[in-house]
Amino acid sequence: MIETLENFANHYNFFITIFLMISGLFIVIARGNLIKKLIGLSLFQTSVYLLYLTPAKILNATAPIYDKQYSTYSNPLPHVLMLTAIVVGVATFALGLALVVRIKEAYGTIEEDEIFAKDPEAE
Amino acid sequence: MSSLSWGTAEPHLPILLVVVPLFGALLVTFLRRGILAWALTLAVTFVLPLIAISLLAKVLQTGQPIIYEIGNWPAPIGIVYKVDQLAAYVLCVISMIGAVIMPFARRSIAAEIQEPAQSWYYAMYLLCLTGLLGIVITGDAFNAFVFLEISSLATYVLIALGRHRRALLSAYQYLIMGTIGATLYIIGVGLLYVVTGTLNFDDIATRLGPAIADPGYRNAVLTALGFIFVGVSLKLALFPMHVWLPNAYAYAPSVATAFLAGTATKAAIYLFIRVIFSVFGIALAIDSLPIPLVLIILSIAAMFLASFSAVFEENAKRMLAYSSIAQVGYIMLGIALANEASLTGSLAHIANHAVMKTALFLALGAVFYRIGSVMYDDMAGIGRKMPLTMGAFAVAGIGLMGTPGTAGFISKWYLGIGAIDAGHYSIVFMIVASSLISVIYIGRITEVVWFRAPSESAKTAKEAPLSMLIPLWLLAGATVYLGFDTQATVDVSAKAAEVLLGGIR
Repeated sequence: MIETLENFANHYNFFITIFLMISGLFIVIARGNLIKKLIGLSLFQTSVYLLYLTPAKILNATAPIYDKQYSTYSNPLPHVLMLTAIVVGVATFALGLALVVRIKEAYGTIEEDEIFAKDPEAE
Repeated sequence: MSSLSWGTAEPHLPILLVVVPLFGALLVTFLRRGILAWALTLAVTFVLPLIAISLLAKVLQTGQPIIYEIGNWPAPIGIVYKVDQLAAYVLCVISMIGAVIMPFARRSIAAEIQEPAQSWYYAMYLLCLTGLLGIVITGDAFNAFVFLEISSLATYVLIALGRHRRALLSAYQYLIMGTIGATLYIIGVGLLYVVTGTLNFDDIATRLGPAIADPGYRNAVLTALGFIFVGVSLKLALFPMHVWLPNAYAYAPSVATAFLAGTATKAAIYLFIRVIFSVFGIALAIDSLPIPLVLIILSIAAMFLASFSAVFEENAKRMLAYSSIAQVGYIMLGIALANEASLTGSLAHIANHAVMKTALFLALGAVFYRIGSVMYDDMAGIGRKMPLTMGAFAVAGIGLMGTPGTAGFISKWYLGIGAIDAGHYSIVFMIVASSLISVIYIGRITEVVWFRAPSESAKTAKEAPLSMLIPLWLLAGATVYLGFDTQATVDVSAKAAEVLLGGIR
């Protein structure tokens, strides 16, 4: 029992990652509102940042800036990778929202079921 | 071809293949007139095949992969571009398809997209090409993700530029599915990075062997394999992860559809082959997870179910989109059987299918240019008014069925031999059976366009202009040519297959 709890506490970052991942994916599938779907998608992408950053952070280590006082540094590579991933995520979210604006103009609604009701062949 | 001289640019050809279209896209956005944007895009796309062919010639000549270290940083530290036989071959296919479509694009795009958006279209076209070439050329797992997203984001815009309002919805649906796919891929890469501490494909491969001896690491590696398998399968539209594809192809502008059908799924298939064979090694995939079995089942399901959907389709573009899903099934089947003949068939089919499907979609683009519709009812009798266009369509269609004497036959022949080598005689039967279904769906549209009484719109139609007919017949001619002279496809594919399988044994 104690061991399980300890295990959980030691890896809580990963449990948060998995929680974010699953809830993001769930929102994408379960919600009919196009903007809410995008928010879920964003959440799903965000979980990946945590997945990469968790193993990169080393306990009692500093930012990787050279200084005689410190000898252990965090791994900078995953941080840099996630900067790129954040940019990709922002671009995807922005493009998705732009598409939703155009869909609203074309169909007059952003609810998936109402769109399919107006345009049954689109499904 | 090796006589082509690049002077001092010679050692930098791998990076130029990505940088030229990237900066081309940037320049095109500054050109407000559609015709200028088209001219610049045409120039850029015609340079790319020359670079790709030079790379292929060099790789075939030396037999060694070309390694290009960006910024002179060697492999574990910097990002490396690696061009081996397979990469050079796929680069040639993608860049040639990208170039041959461009003369066609001028009139088609002018008719389908408003003037201010035309230059955006060409910018996105080049950006998509950048991403696809980048996926193939890079030797870095994370870099591949970035290029995957560059090409995907450009693709969403290309699709959304379609005239029908459903184009927006299709682009949105593809955005959701595509992003999930790319994110699953990056999760898998993240797990591999945690285990191996590197992102370079070759380094991951060498460090995976010792790592999986530890059971804890082994589970992480298998999880990574699962994530990457599903993520990349979404991008290459493996059945049943194909649902985004039919609408995306049906409502995108005609030229965009022809381009995407020929290249986009091919780059994803390349990434799949790279990861499964070069990184994980088929041995790990076979021993630990039933990946070949799952792939064989899904491929055969795609070959039959997608073909059936194509038979009952009334929209010619959607029909061809379903056919594309079935053809992806053939390619994945050869990958799953994983012997030299089947892999040769798969790799040859990457080029053959690109040529045939692009020709078919271009023919529909020409029809859409003249009558503004690709529904069967409107296309009735169009063959008599546009004999050259529909003639090319028929030639490419016959190739798609796998008739002897065309490109489609060659790849299916090697797939069949591969199935026999693997001891799966029933699969040979299924390849033939699903080819017969393709006879039905191609036969049905042939009957509509040649033998039915002309529809209202077909009565007034004229033959397509020469700028459309030349690319169309070039590809239709290639369908027949590649059925006889297999040096360009099969010989290179066989060498690439040998290298892929050689790394495993």
